[in-house]
Amino acid sequence: MIDLRDVTLTFPDGDQRITAVDHVNLRGLDGQVTGITGPSGSGKSSLLAVAATLIRPDSGHVLIGEGADVIDAAALSSTNAAALRRERIGIVFQQSNLLPALTAREQLLVMAHLGGRQSRAERTTIESRVDDLLDAVGLSTQAHKRPHQLSGGQRQRVAIARGLVHSPDVLVVDEPTSALDQERGAEIMRLIARLTHERNTATLLVTHDLVHRDTLDDLVTIVDGRVVASIG
Amino acid sequence: MFVAWRELRFARGRFVLIGAVVALITVLVGFLSGLTGGLAAQNISGVLALPGTRLVLQQPDDGSPSFATSTLPSDALATWEAAPGVTEATPVGITQSRASRAGVDDLTGVALFGVPTATSESEPNDVLALAPSRDDEVGLSAGAAAKLDARVGDTLSIVGKDYTVASVGADLWYSHTPVMTMTPTAWSAASQRTGGTGDPTVMAVSGTPDWDAVATATHTQAATPLASLTALEAFRSEIGSLGLMIALLFGISALVVGAFFTVWTMQRASDIAVLKALGATTASLVRDALGQALVVLTVGIGVGLVAVAGFGTLAGRALPFVLSPLTTLAPAAVMAVLGLAGAGFALRTVTHADPLTALGSNR
Repeated sequence: MIDLRDVTLTFPDGDQRITAVDHVNLRGLDGQVTGITGPSGSGKSSLLAVAATLIRPDSGHVLIGEGADVIDAAALSSTNAAALRRERIGIVFQQSNLLPALTAREQLLVMAHLGGRQSRAERTTIESRVDDLLDAVGLSTQAHKRPHQLSGGQRQRVAIARGLVHSPDVLVVDEPTSALDQERGAEIMRLIARLTHERNTATLLVTHDLVHRDTLDDLVTIVDGRVVASIG
Repeated sequence: MFVAWRELRFARGRFVLIGAVVALITVLVGFLSGLTGGLAAQNISGVLALPGTRLVLQQPDDGSPSFATSTLPSDALATWEAAPGVTEATPVGITQSRASRAGVDDLTGVALFGVPTATSESEPNDVLALAPSRDDEVGLSAGAAAKLDARVGDTLSIVGKDYTVASVGADLWYSHTPVMTMTPTAWSAASQRTGGTGDPTVMAVSGTPDWDAVATATHTQAATPLASLTALEAFRSEIGSLGLMIALLFGISALVVGAFFTVWTMQRASDIAVLKALGATTASLVRDALGQALVVLTVGIGVGLVAVAGFGTLAGRALPFVLSPLTTLAPAAVMAVLGLAGAGFALRTVTHADPLTALGSNR
């Protein structure tokens, strides 16, 4: 589970600061896809960056996990936040952001080689999941291909598998269908929903496209950095 | 190194190119180092082989001491020999002249060293070992014997007088001419025949005298054999220009490798941001970047060294070329260190990459 409590994020703008996220409360439950939508510049991507621990909010809490396992990501240093992303947060970017030198299989394996203090056993665990995940996203026959040899939809599938290979508590997804046509966009949305349910991940998904509304379990609308509507 | 190895394979054309540049620079540096070593040996091996812990040269009223102009009068020699703490003092005469084998018109430039024969108390020494015992004999260094095509028993003509070759010994050179030894008496006569004073030009001294006090009293300078090489004009100018070339090549190497890795790292700045966003530690990314540079440098320098060894073996037959760890491995190590330092300039892109940019749509 991810629980954003009273999160505020501002950015410098000349002599002043503009508020991108304004006292937002948002909860993403395990096994559910929580959509975040809103007009351009509403602050939805900023909110996602806070949830992904890529930026620290000015105030508020970003609680990840439950019970004794809960951690406030907003209070972590950048080094500890990186460790948290390595272990408990998966990220799927708007563009697939795959590394051009790596094959599809290696895009997932890289998660076991990002540094830190992973034990050999932890690495082996990640490596054992790679083939299952490639199979789950329908790319087991494309595992040896590099990004330029894959279609846009296939690249996004690899990115989704990479986001899940370390079995994160939370998956943050930034407009995954923006570079895809309607049909492939629908496939990707259904894939994310299926994997979220199967793996009991708390998924936060930013989208401006409500065509795929049926794949979302919750939908939060943000305008000017504030939550204006929440539909369960 | 997970990503680094795969990038090396994926962008092999670019890495082969920079590796080839590193190899070529290694060849240049190695070849120049070998040549410098060879030329230096042909300049100074005779001086470095002299006995004594310090070499005493005349201190001129203006300027620095010089092997070419130094003359040590008998009172200065006597003062050094009698100075408290001196355990051994060997007067040596050095002059350059020309010699020919009897019956052969071709003259060969030689360095005449006037040295006494080694005593039973003398430390083993290549120059003293070559010294003849009779005034009508000479000892030839290997280089002199080869240039004159002379053997033991042959007769040589040196400034109008004939000498018999008594021995052929170590390969000793002075200012690019092979060394030939004579007795001090024979050398003094030869020196006078060529317009010299006949006085010894250098004194090789061992012991623990008050070096400065004796040197001041005798208008001389006492320096270690290495330090005294600056009194050899040909060596000073030669080593200065060659050393400058080697230093410039080292600088170019560092700049080329640094520029390559700076551009390469900037090209993959977005990949680095993605890796950071996924949770990569800065340390692991730095390891990857430096590891890549080390692989390229190791392969490039390795190939270059093999080429240097090949060229050096061939060139050594026609050129003064020294193929040794000092002229190959040492420059290679310096190149690797400077190359890594150059690659280190690119690390700012790695350490300052903002993972937040991975979320943008500008990729």
